[in-house]
Amino acid sequence: MAAIYSLFIINKSGGLIFYKDYGSAGRMDTNDSLRLASLWHSMHAISQQLSPTTGCAGIELLQAHTFDLHCFQSLTGTKFFVVCEPGTLHMEALLKVIYELYTDYVLKNPFYEMEMPIRCELFDLNLSQEQKPNP
Amino acid sequence: MQFFSGSSAVDISPSPAAPPGTATGLSGNNANMLYIFNRSGVCLLYREWHRPLRTLDASQDQKLMFGLLFSLRSFTAKMDPTSVDKGNLGVPLLPGQGCSFYSFRTNTYKLSFMESPSGIKLILITHPKTSDHQESLKHIYNLYVEYVVKNPLYVPGTPIKSELFNTNLDQYVKTLI
Repeated sequence: MAAIYSLFIINKSGGLIFYKDYGSAGRMDTNDSLRLASLWHSMHAISQQLSPTTGCAGIELLQAHTFDLHCFQSLTGTKFFVVCEPGTLHMEALLKVIYELYTDYVLKNPFYEMEMPIRCELFDLNLSQEQKPNP
Repeated sequence: MQFFSGSSAVDISPSPAAPPGTATGLSGNNANMLYIFNRSGVCLLYREWHRPLRTLDASQDQKLMFGLLFSLRSFTAKMDPTSVDKGNLGVPLLPGQGCSFYSFRTNTYKLSFMESPSGIKLILITHPKTSDHQESLKHIYNLYVEYVVKNPLYVPGTPIKSELFNTNLDQYVKTLI
């Protein structure tokens, strides 16, 4: 998983609830990551409006010249997206794994309040362990 | 002298040859729409081949598309994980400035985007399973140069009404896979 630059989790109203950087150049401050998250939320919604056919669920993959962005939206509207090197494979599977970790260690945490920033030690721990086995 | 001399197979005049990767008659008709915007956001051309769903009227739809591209451009420029100096979010970017995107995909369509150094934006919307369209957009740009820019009667910044351009475009778009 060396090829991943960052991970974002956005709640259903576009607020950033989790952000982790894995070594992208130039630190992004908190305000910038919040702005990017809410911008992505609205881009995702607009892309559904512009669909030529019915049933559009928003952007899944954005390909830029220096990175790829894979996005997964859960049924409840929480969006997970990873920014990775161009052409990185198996990102959909990774997003599903992260979603599972989220359901297990965040949603099942009795002290977690819905739609609020994620501060769960177990989630962080399992997330970092998830990254280690993969080369 | 063509602008994109990199794509050797793109040969205009008089009847353009299709660049590689575009088979003819294999499983064509994958294109949905094409938008061309100039740098001030005027929609020079909107052409659709297959669009069953229309949520907005034409001018609102074009504005929304331009707005989406504008915001996605500033999003990618700010997100760029390889550059240290990324500037501020929301500041208008010159063509070619900052990291740009060339395509995005949803479950129902794929949008391919190209911006020329003069600020002409080409947006092609196709079936989500189609291959990479960067070369196709360069080909369409060459068609635009050949049949629109070189037309002495064309006033820059006005909607394109060239019959020759449209027929060549339709012909080419049918071959996209």
